[in-house]
Amino acid sequence: MNTTAEKNNIIRDLEREILSLQGLVKRSGTHPLDIGLGSIENAFPNQTFPVAAMHEFISYSREEAAATNGFIGGLLGKLMHHGGACLWIGNKRTIFPAGLKNFGIDPERIIFIDLIKPKDILWTVEEALKCSALAAVVGELTELNFKESRRLQLAVEQSRVTGLLHRYNPLVENTVACVSRWKIQPMVSEAADGMPGVGWPRWNVQLQKIRNGKPGSWQVEWTSEGFSVKSRPLMRFEKFELLQTG
Amino acid sequence: MQKRFAAIWFRYLLTDRYTIREPALRDKPFVLASPERGRMIVRAANMRAEKKGIVTGMVVADARAVLPTLQVMDEVSGMSDKLLSALAKWSIRYTPVVAVDPPDGLILDVSGCAHLWGGEEAYIKDILTRLKKAGYEVHAAIADTAGTAWAISRYGEKGGIVEPGRQAEALFSLPPAALRLEQPVLQRLDKLGLTNIRSFMNMPRQALRRRFGQQLLTRLDQALGVEIEPIEPVIPIEPFQERLPLFDPVRTATGIEIAIQKLLEALCVRLVKEGKGLRVAVLKCFRVDGKLEQVQISTNRPTRNSIHLFKLFELKIASIEPDLGIELFVMEAPVIEDVSPEQEKLWNMSGSYNNVAVAELLDAIAGKIGAQGIRRYLPDEHYLPERSVRLAASLEEEPAIAWRTDLPRPIHLLSKPEPIQVTVPIPDYPPMNFEYKGKLHKVSKADGPERIEQEWWLQAGLYRDYYCVEDEDGSRYWLFRSGSYDKHEPKWFVHGFFA
Repeated sequence: MNTTAEKNNIIRDLEREILSLQGLVKRSGTHPLDIGLGSIENAFPNQTFPVAAMHEFISYSREEAAATNGFIGGLLGKLMHHGGACLWIGNKRTIFPAGLKNFGIDPERIIFIDLIKPKDILWTVEEALKCSALAAVVGELTELNFKESRRLQLAVEQSRVTGLLHRYNPLVENTVACVSRWKIQPMVSEAADGMPGVGWPRWNVQLQKIRNGKPGSWQVEWTSEGFSVKSRPLMRFEKFELLQTG
Repeated sequence: MQKRFAAIWFRYLLTDRYTIREPALRDKPFVLASPERGRMIVRAANMRAEKKGIVTGMVVADARAVLPTLQVMDEVSGMSDKLLSALAKWSIRYTPVVAVDPPDGLILDVSGCAHLWGGEEAYIKDILTRLKKAGYEVHAAIADTAGTAWAISRYGEKGGIVEPGRQAEALFSLPPAALRLEQPVLQRLDKLGLTNIRSFMNMPRQALRRRFGQQLLTRLDQALGVEIEPIEPVIPIEPFQERLPLFDPVRTATGIEIAIQKLLEALCVRLVKEGKGLRVAVLKCFRVDGKLEQVQISTNRPTRNSIHLFKLFELKIASIEPDLGIELFVMEAPVIEDVSPEQEKLWNMSGSYNNVAVAELLDAIAGKIGAQGIRRYLPDEHYLPERSVRLAASLEEEPAIAWRTDLPRPIHLLSKPEPIQVTVPIPDYPPMNFEYKGKLHKVSKADGPERIEQEWWLQAGLYRDYYCVEDEDGSRYWLFRSGSYDKHEPKWFVHGFFA
């Protein structure tokens, strides 16, 4: 008779095997990237932020878009930590480069590409994701169908570039081949020691989907030291809720 | 390398041009005339008029006396030059070096070109048939020197080709005029009974110089190849150029791809040999119907990677219209820069934001979508937010000053501040609430003001007092008031969003 501990061990081994079959291998010799998300990282497979994958961010208002770009900026700061350039591809550039410096990015290392047609944006994102010399690619798209997202995912698997797709005001939240779906909403900030004035940016970070991970929701503050997670996951999405979002 | 020249002579250049325009003139004698000292002088006569004895330089009144039905048209000045240079450009398909030989000829440097047409005979035949088909009366000759080719094309019995090194024999029986001499020299030679070149070719040089001047000797030497005669090409030679003439015109994309690959490989081999890289490359496709299709690519860095260059051209192939087919491809590299191998190594280091792979990616994007959409930003020494960043001039440019982080700056900045309605305690407080896009936002937290003055040496206007405010939902905005309440009725704007 196997004890519970032995059973758990077997299950953990099997899980790891499944992850490696899905391409989420821990690369030997390279240190896992510390994305600085603290306890949120427990939600990811292998407890590491999946690089070489596509992440989807959805926002519906200008305020949410700004918060989402702030969060993306925080991630980029870490992704670009070891050098490398970043391409920020969109159709209407609203990002203020001087504002990115606060998120630990050297704004001159980001190359902005402003295009008009969604088709061109998609083409450029795909080409950029094929270029392994880049640290990350941010694509601002509105609509993305499953087939298009599969192409991007395939490109990413080859080049191991991290792709961050920011979808502003999409018509439907359709299924795409991204490893995760995030929603970032601004939250009321708190200045230190109850002082008056606006405090550090604070967001309600919802990880609505994560392949092989555990979705959740957190309060995250961006401080001068980086992300600081304020609370334990507020709620775990239960099984029926997962079915709803999927 | 053995030099070979071809001379093309347009017997009736100007009148042929008129006949091409108006085929009805073909069977009529006509002349082109222009006034000189109060008389109309014949400048060009067509074949039919010449048969009747009307020659260039005659007075029109005399010509009319000879032939009352003669048509006289006004000569357009400078037309022969225009025509010749157009014809010279057309002849680029035969050789890259074409010179205009006024008033009515062209000189082609055909060294190493004729074999592509299957020998000099086929080459010259091709030129002649094409020009004749176009309506010109032409004579052409090929020889070792431009002088001999010129002489044979004008005075040779049956034109044609002078074997290498046999200029002297070819010139023997020709009149002295074949040496391109001036009229007084010709008259003196004629007076002395020297009616062909053979009769004075072997005379002592000193005697010739004393009697006829240096020009005769120079021309003779140039014709014989003793002295080199420089010719001035209409299009200066592109130092980096590859040509690919085809026997069968190409019409398919695959064919064009193969042609581009071949040309690029040859070009890149040469670039590597000379330690250079190209910044701009132009592909010219000469179509069967005489049209020219042209595509151009440019790169961010000097490059000689044929695979990368091919990728850039690949994006453009769709814009080439082969129509009936393309018979000649020419690849040119008009902008060339030095590349040092150390540089290449540096770029290939991973982690650098300006490495080769990124530059190549940007080239591809610029080729497909246009370079105007690709931007990098650097800090600039201005306080106004819209001026505090500027576009980087190049991929390599580094910031001259540090980015400022001491003042709050939003992550989103509106390109144009949007007006808002506010409720605000005066004079210097942040608003209590504001209406933006039809929604009322109650301000719960605020920082500021941060006053930014207009830079009066750049633009006039009111100063701005910026506030960062947070509404009850936690959205953070960057608002400003332009001007103050004591002097003007200030307006409020939203200028950005904080994360």
